[in-house]
Amino acid sequence: MTAATAAFGAKGDASPYLDDVVKKFVLASIFWGVIGFIAGDYIAWQLAFPALNLDLEWTTFGRLRPIHTNAVIFAFGGNALIGTSFYVVQRTCRADLFGGRGLSNFVFWGFQALIVMAATSYLLGGSQGREYAELEWWLDLILTVIWVAYLIVFAGTLMKRKEPHIYVANWFYMSFILTIAMLHLGNNLALPVALFGGESWWKSYSLFGGVQDAMTQWWYGHNAVGFFLTAGFLAMMYYFVPKRAERPVYSYRLSIVHFWALIFLYIWAGPHHLHYTALPDWAQTLGMTFSIMLWMPSWGGMINGLMTLSGAWDKLRTDPVMRFLVTSVAFYGMSTFEGPMMSIKAVNSLSHYTDWTVGHVHSGALGWVAFVTFGSLYYLVPKLWGRKEVYSLKLVGTHFWVATIGVVLYITAMWISGIMQGLMWRAYDSMGFLQYSFIETVEAMHPYYVIRAVGGLLFILGSLVMVYNLYRTIKGDIREEVAMGSAQTARG
Amino acid sequence: MEQIVEFLRSLWGLWLMVLFLGIVFWAYRPKNKDRFESYADIPFRDDEKER
Repeated sequence: MTAATAAFGAKGDASPYLDDVVKKFVLASIFWGVIGFIAGDYIAWQLAFPALNLDLEWTTFGRLRPIHTNAVIFAFGGNALIGTSFYVVQRTCRADLFGGRGLSNFVFWGFQALIVMAATSYLLGGSQGREYAELEWWLDLILTVIWVAYLIVFAGTLMKRKEPHIYVANWFYMSFILTIAMLHLGNNLALPVALFGGESWWKSYSLFGGVQDAMTQWWYGHNAVGFFLTAGFLAMMYYFVPKRAERPVYSYRLSIVHFWALIFLYIWAGPHHLHYTALPDWAQTLGMTFSIMLWMPSWGGMINGLMTLSGAWDKLRTDPVMRFLVTSVAFYGMSTFEGPMMSIKAVNSLSHYTDWTVGHVHSGALGWVAFVTFGSLYYLVPKLWGRKEVYSLKLVGTHFWVATIGVVLYITAMWISGIMQGLMWRAYDSMGFLQYSFIETVEAMHPYYVIRAVGGLLFILGSLVMVYNLYRTIKGDIREEVAMGSAQTARG
Repeated sequence: MEQIVEFLRSLWGLWLMVLFLGIVFWAYRPKNKDRFESYADIPFRDDEKER
């Protein structure tokens, strides 16, 4: 008998699992999420109205952007991933966390301290200049220690599982942890300038140069999308969609194929970020080919997530939490259809360096990553704090619609402005001169930048509704309201 | 011998493909169906312990 089952037996109704640390991760994810959304929308307004950079070095776009991207990806997404992975691995292995309270709390507090240090360093101008990996070398080393501790907790829990089979969500979590470790170490091979007679110990430069360096960055960058923003959140999908729908995943065998297709293909797709550059042509074509093959896991995952609802589609009408989860899978399907399409060289020649890319990233980040996280949080918070349901399902519905309208405004504005931008860049007049100067293209994008920023504002408002709703849930309140769709049910 | 190894190595894409198709075959083999589909119940085996 392990300590967990002993505790379970002794306390009767208490959970045998370590959930305190999961609660902390959940709260941290919500907190950093709101901050990250606000930072993002602020820089969106800056693009529309440049005076908003306040003429201060700390609030310029160049410093606030990495704060936004790191806050939403690693602080909001990362806390959600680590927290849910601790929740899911315990329940699907029927074992409590390896390393106990001590190690898992070390992961939590270490990760939060790193987030604060990272944000401070960006604000003060510290950056490696590598996208989504702006952390300087000394912060990279701190993250490495925390990540290894996380790996030990997760893998240790898998090893002491009482369930013979490792559930597919854990495969996705494990691939996320291992691949991020590999990418982090590979991409951040750098030396502080002081070693070569420079002034600073804080600043470093990459070991690679030229096109090798560019390729290393996008090998990292694209797989951060593939394994952080996709594999990790698919793990959440494979647990929370079945749990909320109260029915097993549509096809477990499809999930096996989905997993391996993703693993085999994603790692090769990075070169599509470097089409028409100094990167050798064969490498560009390789990247494009593997990106297109990614349609396979994209459809596998989408079908599996959506079809889990088959026979229970009425839940979409009655349960706004389910609506978040299902819409997230739809956005997953949509943005992973769009991505391979944009990796085709002919399409890329139009889309690359334009706002279309920004719109694509956000249809994935807001529509897929954030929505699956919101859905999971609405499921998780009542469970963790021992409540029957969230404070108000109606408010979940409000959050859903406000956020969805925000996302749609965001991505349609970016599609239009991106395609327009690409077309203006390549337009020639009858004499063979470029028809537009660069600043004319910037001017033409202004209205779309405003629409995008309004979309982002709606997304923030939605998240504030969630904060209020979850706060009341944790307090233990339940709002008196008619169940959604119940009027129709009565009539039907 | 070395030449053969060299040649086989150059076909790495094919070997990965074969390995992947092997996984698909393994996953969809009728013999494994019931076992694999029973794993889909794992998230629900724990329900009585939830608060």
